[in-house]
Amino acid sequence: MHAKFLGAAGMFAIAAMLAGPAMADKTKIDFWFGNTGDIAKRVQEQCDRFNQSQSDYEVVCTSQGSYDASLQNTIAAFRAGKQPTIAQVSDAGTLDIMLSGAFYPANKLMKDMGYDVDWNDYFSGIKSYYATSKGDMYSFPFNSSTPLLYWNKDAFAKIGKDQAPATWEEAAEDFKALKAAGYTCPLGFNISRDEIWQYGEQFMAVHGEPIATKRNGYDGLDAELIFNKGKWVQYIKDLKGWYDNGEAVLKSKETGQTFVEAFAAGDCQVILTSVGDHGNVGRTAKPGLNWGVAMLPVYAGTERKHSFVGGASLWVLAGKSDAEYKGAAAFFNFIAKPEEALTWSTVTGYIPVRNSGYDYLVKQGFYDKAPYAGRELAIKSLTASPATADSLPGIRLGGLLQIRQEMANGLQAIFINNADVQTSLDEAAARGNQILRRFEQTYKGKQLP
Amino acid sequence: MEKRATFSSTTIGLVFVAPMLLLIFVFFYWPSGQALYWAFTLEQPWGGGNQWVGLQNFQQLLSDPVYWNSITRSLVFGVASTAIAMGVALVLALFTDRELRFHRAYRSIFVWPYAIAAPALGLAFRFILAPEAGLLSVLNSIWPNIWNPALDGKDAMIAIVIAFSWKYIGYNFIFFLSALASIPRSLIEAAAMDGAGPARRVVDIQLPLLTPTLFFLLVINITESFQDSFGIVDIMTQGGPARATELMVYKIYFDGFKGLDYSGAAAQSIILMGLVVLLTIVQFRFIERRVHYK
Repeated sequence: MHAKFLGAAGMFAIAAMLAGPAMADKTKIDFWFGNTGDIAKRVQEQCDRFNQSQSDYEVVCTSQGSYDASLQNTIAAFRAGKQPTIAQVSDAGTLDIMLSGAFYPANKLMKDMGYDVDWNDYFSGIKSYYATSKGDMYSFPFNSSTPLLYWNKDAFAKIGKDQAPATWEEAAEDFKALKAAGYTCPLGFNISRDEIWQYGEQFMAVHGEPIATKRNGYDGLDAELIFNKGKWVQYIKDLKGWYDNGEAVLKSKETGQTFVEAFAAGDCQVILTSVGDHGNVGRTAKPGLNWGVAMLPVYAGTERKHSFVGGASLWVLAGKSDAEYKGAAAFFNFIAKPEEALTWSTVTGYIPVRNSGYDYLVKQGFYDKAPYAGRELAIKSLTASPATADSLPGIRLGGLLQIRQEMANGLQAIFINNADVQTSLDEAAARGNQILRRFEQTYKGKQLP
Repeated sequence: MEKRATFSSTTIGLVFVAPMLLLIFVFFYWPSGQALYWAFTLEQPWGGGNQWVGLQNFQQLLSDPVYWNSITRSLVFGVASTAIAMGVALVLALFTDRELRFHRAYRSIFVWPYAIAAPALGLAFRFILAPEAGLLSVLNSIWPNIWNPALDGKDAMIAIVIAFSWKYIGYNFIFFLSALASIPRSLIEAAAMDGAGPARRVVDIQLPLLTPTLFFLLVINITESFQDSFGIVDIMTQGGPARATELMVYKIYFDGFKGLDYSGAAAQSIILMGLVVLLTIVQFRFIERRVHYK
């Protein structure tokens, strides 16, 4: 027994000695990200594929538990001089890092390391969201999504419809009919900070309405929130009407079932959520659930604009060695391959971020068959209108997470305490503007790139 | 004459306290000093620099009615959870002390909740208290809409008070139990022989002799309820619905760790620290008078 153990230990020691020098040749780089659960596993697999594809670099990928925690840990590590080479930063944290100067711009990195990247290969809607106002890419779009409307085909068949609502007027009719047909939850939704994305930001995006002045903040830190002055106010009033009639029902972790779970269980007939949930719904749907996706509805008479990309991008942090930067560039080059885009889109619900990746997926017939059919609508939604000089590329506001929280608090006052819609949204905008002014003052003298 | 072991040399004394002082410096004075400094500046999260803004952070906070509401809510939360955590723990300790059946088992079981991390606890209670799918959903099927922490601010507050109290009941219980054990049996037995029933003995003998413990736990519970509640709030309610459970410490956590507003969070921390210090002074000044240590 003892001898066996010693023998095994000895073997390990010899193996370690043999492996030691070989491993020392590899340059190790750290990559911190915020995804958890299944997506974290998929990121890990991608890292493993990269490590096996070559022998010069080893990327060590570590999930930090959430976007917020990942950003927080990265900042703490950066301030202590122990930052990872690559860090994932979500849409809400983009402006802070952009102004910090704590990074090695992606476009410069790839050029310096001898890679020729066709930045125009990125979907324009995705590129413009993360690019500077001059169109320079400082980070690599990574896990990208956009919201879609998920609908229960069987339930709609019961009210004599075979397609999802394209306008909100049509949706209102459908909700009423579904309710009359005995469904208790025609629209499942929630109004926490996390849902401001699809019910607020993306609503305004597809309607071409600004959430803030200065092209949603892209043209200056002195932008002001104006979401309380446009179509969104009417939308919230309509949503509240559906809620009061029992046609829209709040479903959240707090009530015991999230709206995504409620949809997958067949309890709610329509939800709005990220295309990133497409795989999740497919896997967890109750047997026989006949469902589909559609682009977000718009109000009748509105010219549809492209939706915004959600998710996160990868930043290369300053203060690392040349060898580490070489490794980072090799990693980015690897994940840009169309084959990687296919694997990534297959195992997650995320969309390809480049035209070449998308074309490759189309050619492989990825979108023709279940369970992936329908995800091409996310691309359609993101490219519904061209990105021009005066269109809204995305949202670039400081303290975006806190602003979302203010908007959510406003909505909660409306839905739960029956506060007046206009008054509550005005207050949310006023409080959000205070956050913007604080942010502007914090970065006084800095120019938005 | 009473003999005492004393150190003649100041140096030796200082050497002995140095490790402790170092710990306190690293884990208390340094971060507090940093927070104090940040509270008067606007700090860029990535460390790109900061600028002195004087009292601006405090002015903005104190002129905000929403912030005052969160102070009020924190006080309500502190008082309610302390009352429940101490009250229930005292009752449990008194029963256990009477050596009812299984009292040995209770002695070790009741302290377990304190060992559970706040997020895990929040997760468990979110499930238990969920209005539609949780264990309490039975209530709603009997009386529709009587319980809904997702939509009713009062219910949400009750939910986090229950979760927080549940954790501290175990902690308080151990202190009460050991304090009760240190009360001389002869006193209790004498009272019993004089014809005092169990309730009488609790009121006239045990409670007065417990006052040092009661006071200690009061200070600890109030302080902890102001500081240790953000994990539970974050998991269970995220401060909602409609700010109904937005406690001061949760706002600090959210603004600082999620919103990257380091200076705003630092200023709030200073205010919270001031409030806790103030409350502790009040307790020592007015309540300690009624405590009999001997």
